[in-house]
Amino acid sequence: MADTNPNRTYEHIVRADKLSVAFGKVRALSDIDLAIGRNEIVGLIGDNGAGKSTLIKTLTGVIPPTSGHLFIRDQPVDWANFSVRRAHDLRFETVYQEKSLGEKQPLWRNFFVGRQITNRFGFIKVREQRRIANEILQRQLGFRGVGIDADSTVAKLSGGERQGIAIGRAMHFDADLIILDEPTTALAIKEVQKVLDFVRRIKASGRAAIYIEHNLAHVHALADRLVVLDRGRIVANIRPADMSLADLTLFLIDLQKTKIGAAA
Amino acid sequence: MSDTPLKQPAPALNPRAAAKLEGLPIIIVFFVLIGLFVGFAPTVFLHWPIYNSFLVTIPPMMILSLGLTLVIAAGEIDLSFPAVIALSGFLFAHVTRTYDAPWLGLLAAIAGGALIGVVNGFLIAVIGIPSIIITIGTSFFWSGIATVLSGGMSYTLERLTGTAINGILSGTVLGIPSEAFWALGVAVVVWFILNRHRFGEHLLFIGDSREVARVVGINTLRERIKLFTLMGALGGFAAVLLTLENLSYFPTQGQGMLLSALAAVFIGGTSVFGGTATVVGSFFGALIIGMLDAGIVATGVAGFWVEVIVGLVFVAAVVLHIGIDDPARIRQLQRRLFSKA
Repeated sequence: MADTNPNRTYEHIVRADKLSVAFGKVRALSDIDLAIGRNEIVGLIGDNGAGKSTLIKTLTGVIPPTSGHLFIRDQPVDWANFSVRRAHDLRFETVYQEKSLGEKQPLWRNFFVGRQITNRFGFIKVREQRRIANEILQRQLGFRGVGIDADSTVAKLSGGERQGIAIGRAMHFDADLIILDEPTTALAIKEVQKVLDFVRRIKASGRAAIYIEHNLAHVHALADRLVVLDRGRIVANIRPADMSLADLTLFLIDLQKTKIGAAA
Repeated sequence: MSDTPLKQPAPALNPRAAAKLEGLPIIIVFFVLIGLFVGFAPTVFLHWPIYNSFLVTIPPMMILSLGLTLVIAAGEIDLSFPAVIALSGFLFAHVTRTYDAPWLGLLAAIAGGALIGVVNGFLIAVIGIPSIIITIGTSFFWSGIATVLSGGMSYTLERLTGTAINGILSGTVLGIPSEAFWALGVAVVVWFILNRHRFGEHLLFIGDSREVARVVGINTLRERIKLFTLMGALGGFAAVLLTLENLSYFPTQGQGMLLSALAAVFIGGTSVFGGTATVVGSFFGALIIGMLDAGIVATGVAGFWVEVIVGLVFVAAVVLHIGIDDPARIRQLQRRLFSKA
């Protein structure tokens, strides 16, 4: 198992210290300091290109940083050994917008891909995966009687159901940090409600989440704390209780104006 | 997970699974075709010799189609296998003649094919060159190497008549050519790799979307290099079967197989788009492609028509499969055509 034992007590599930990422000459992230508590839902907001996606990709081992440190459960991370698989082992799960499920694959494959239940020759125990997938669908996600089972392909699911599958997968593997990348984008209102309920389940089950969202109303209502990114830097840390939705909106518009001013 | 008892236990048998027997449409086409051949040329198709010759000629091409099924499942393509047939066939012939060690020759052929595969995989996965481009290039290169090494000459391997390797790979078992058993064995192994092994699942996800595959933690570089290596090794094995069948090597062997092997995969119903594939389909696809040639001639249609009919069968099969997999696409097409008219 991991040297960063997931079962010991810790203050922060993840903490970034002066994290920077550059793609060639473009600095995508500059000196990011961010700490997330063990049962905290952090809303990450910012304009397109502010660096939200780059930040979570760095936290989950998809992109290596140019400089800086990362602490998981208060223990330093060795970048040389950090990868998506390692992040999985450390119980980090990402629910990417439209990018975390294989469209043409059945749900029993999608739940377990990358962590298949196999015999020692690497052959998948299909029956067992199918049974567990059906259990997750019916008990954890409440997909009873909607004509979806472990053999359904992702292509048949609605947008909200897809996010539910990805969140259910994260909860099944006992993730301590679930990262949601714009899970409600392009969803109908009814579907959005489903997703917001899934996020509430994350909080209620004692886990932490990073929640990237364009819709300020959703994130304001759900998050314990809002982190505003702008051009690769964190420009504000806001408690929703301290700032109303209207003020938050004004704050972000002002930020846009300074950006345009700076560009001119 | 909560332990609340379920009112309805999950159904043990999925009705859809039963209705969706893998490769069913192509199996039906196969038997219809046999029926047609028997109807039009009963003197040929009601007797064993024609089937015996199919079971000798089809296996090398079928083994290539089976490997290609995995490649296409991963959203890639490999056009370099005719060059593998040429080079691995040369390695087998050369080692056999020079050292009198045909088993070592078999190993050399498979290793040579695997090496070509590693190079392909590296150029595709690590350098990032699209597989359709790079395998055209490597195909020229390796078949050129085969011609240079062999001096463009063909080698006879009559000396292998009656040897163990000839008996085991190219003899008969219970009156059935052993090549057929080898091809069947490869088909079973490839089916299990694709449908039941972790590696096959990774290929399906890579074919579905490379981005998703990466995000769920699949090492897309390593898996694709493994894929092309396996394809190369299968090509090397097919080369030995082909060389043994003729008991001679010629540098142009395998050149006619490019289109046949690919056609077998697509006729079988494997999607051009990656992410889904059917090994059963490719198996019957290879049988159909392999039978059409002799079958059409035997029914009395002039030999010139063979390719026309193969082309028709190919296009019809691909359209049929798209219709079965994705009826919405056909309906959409219908709407578009009629609303414009």
